[in-house]
Amino acid sequence: MRFAFTDDQKMLRDTVREVLQRECAPEVVRAAWEGRPEGVRAVWDTLAETGVIGMTASEDAGGMAMSELDLILPLEEIGYAALPGPIVDTVAVGIPLLEAAGTDAQKERWLGPAVAGEARIVVVFEDQALVPYAASADVLLVQRGGTAYCVPVAEASISPEQSVDRARELGRIAFEASAQYQMRDDVDTASLFALGRERAALGTAAQLIGVSRRMLDMAVQYAKDREQFGKPIGAQQAIKHRLANALIEQEFARPTVYRAGWSMATSVRDAEIDVSLAKIYAGQAAKFVAKEALQVHGAIGYTIECDLHMWMKRAWALAAAHGDAAYHRERVGRHIL
Amino acid sequence: MDLNFTDSENAFRQECRAWLEANVPSEPLPSGDTKEGFALHLEWEHKLFDAGWAAVSWPKQYGGREATLFEWLIFEEEYYRVGAPSRVTQNGIFLLAPTLFEFGTDDQKERILRPMARGDVAWGQAWSEPNAGSDLASLKSTARRVEGGWRLTGQKTWSTRAVFCDMAYGLFRTDPEQARHRGLTYFMFPLHAEGVTVRGVDRLDGDEGFAEIFLEDVFVPDSEIIGEVDKGWGVAMATTSSERGLSLRSPGRFMATATRLIDLYHRYRDRSDPVLRDQVIQAWMDAQVYRWFTFQTVTRMAQGESIGPDSSMNKVFWSEMDVRTHETALAMIGDALELDEGSDGAVDGGHWMKGFQFALAGPIYAGTNEIQRNIIAERVLGLPRK
Repeated sequence: MRFAFTDDQKMLRDTVREVLQRECAPEVVRAAWEGRPEGVRAVWDTLAETGVIGMTASEDAGGMAMSELDLILPLEEIGYAALPGPIVDTVAVGIPLLEAAGTDAQKERWLGPAVAGEARIVVVFEDQALVPYAASADVLLVQRGGTAYCVPVAEASISPEQSVDRARELGRIAFEASAQYQMRDDVDTASLFALGRERAALGTAAQLIGVSRRMLDMAVQYAKDREQFGKPIGAQQAIKHRLANALIEQEFARPTVYRAGWSMATSVRDAEIDVSLAKIYAGQAAKFVAKEALQVHGAIGYTIECDLHMWMKRAWALAAAHGDAAYHRERVGRHIL
Repeated sequence: MDLNFTDSENAFRQECRAWLEANVPSEPLPSGDTKEGFALHLEWEHKLFDAGWAAVSWPKQYGGREATLFEWLIFEEEYYRVGAPSRVTQNGIFLLAPTLFEFGTDDQKERILRPMARGDVAWGQAWSEPNAGSDLASLKSTARRVEGGWRLTGQKTWSTRAVFCDMAYGLFRTDPEQARHRGLTYFMFPLHAEGVTVRGVDRLDGDEGFAEIFLEDVFVPDSEIIGEVDKGWGVAMATTSSERGLSLRSPGRFMATATRLIDLYHRYRDRSDPVLRDQVIQAWMDAQVYRWFTFQTVTRMAQGESIGPDSSMNKVFWSEMDVRTHETALAMIGDALELDEGSDGAVDGGHWMKGFQFALAGPIYAGTNEIQRNIIAERVLGLPRK
């Protein structure tokens, strides 16, 4: 029994953390909100140069054949920076899915560019109506009516929807479900998409841990800086206890995500139950921390001018994405009761 | 990361399980917080010790097995899984012993540890005073230097099971010129000596589990001091994290409670609505989460890290989880919940109401959860004290 990441895994986390500290300041996220995504696209390019974007691809495909567990810490950092973009779709789900279920022609066209960071993949599951980042992606991997399709975004139609998290570029997709887009029919694409769903939920949970951590950092800093009644508000017990509660929620969610990453990477039986726990606890922690961080900030936190709101809205969106708490709790319930 | 148990850890589990299944009393013992129950629990402790299970992580010379922390967690899981008796020696083996291992002299360890673990000498804690609870450093009991030792005077309270115990430990002011946490010394003292009066106090659940200790010029020799004179605060605080942290409440206990709750749900599901069902699921998940959090903590400890104020998060989590879990159980039982232990119609022997009342103590003892949250805010998050 050893519940800790390896030095290599921590080194990769540090690399991602440094890139994001350098290139993904809140202004960059804010610019994406305002329709200027050049900054976040540049971060994607840098992450591709470090190998993070292609990390889950096989070595033959130019990747590092890294596992779900290896992805956890980089995704946590991406949540911390609130980097928008289909990073879970592309890295955690899309690349392995394309490698396993893409035809030779589909792989020829998309796999290399995806690994190199030049093509962004968005995955759309069977019953998924709202699709983030489709408009700025290059290719969609879609499950419709039990069939798997690989559709160039240029050949699909995307009707935009407005997310409260403007950086999420939400939309609905439509495409002609024709044979030319079909993925391999000699592999069990249903199982591969089902595996993809677990990876999407896990990757989202990992991001949520980072989102929580950032909001808590902001709130703690604010509580130290902001003075009322002649002293920092963080000296007041009422503030201390809110922030202590936020930390407890966050820190107890963290090992559930790590555990789920390990369970998936080692394909243990009932790994999906661990994924459900991870998604529930990470989502609940992020929503809880969001509320406490807002309250600690007071009125300034209730403005668009304060950066906090971008993380809060990311927390709300991600907590509901790829199975909300009710969905995952039901899955756990069926398992244990 | 490797969350599989090793072969030797699995073998250790099998060994624990086999012994416990063969030896745990088939009928639950009466409460260890009553006189007759306490005596029966001590007999059980003798049996545990003689088979080498009383303090598995201790060195062999003191009756342990030199088990790793992970093996200790495994032992705890197995212990609670079979519903073995509660540990009336815990104030000794989980609270005093870590202090002795860190600060005790060889003579003290030689003299005290084995009889403590076997239950031959029962230990109670004497931290709180009537006017020093959360603000422990304001304590007023004194120790006065005399020929060959000290004379202790003062009053201690909320001493768990002290009315049944032989010895106790606590802090006394040795330098009256110094204020608060300075000038305190860590003493061990006999409860049956001249000048000591122990008066039992009935707890919320009706058991005489609490006691007040009155000390009047009670003599103790120098050999009963742990650490240095006037440095007792540091000695006491160095090991409070073991109390708040995992040694007091390992995950095995809560996993066993969650399993019993699921069993209760199966029997009472007709009475349950979707809200209760969700609460049952939540209780099971919380126990799992506490288990993984603990494995993460123990990995850090095994790597030589000290846990320090992080243990306060542990304490808040398990104590509040335990209350929620019992509330869920009581909500399923309905109006039969008020039937006390010993009543014919009591569900599961009235165990859930008893457990609920015990759980309610969790957010209060070992440092109230308000104090824990202050510690988390100030020492983990770095918020200003004033």
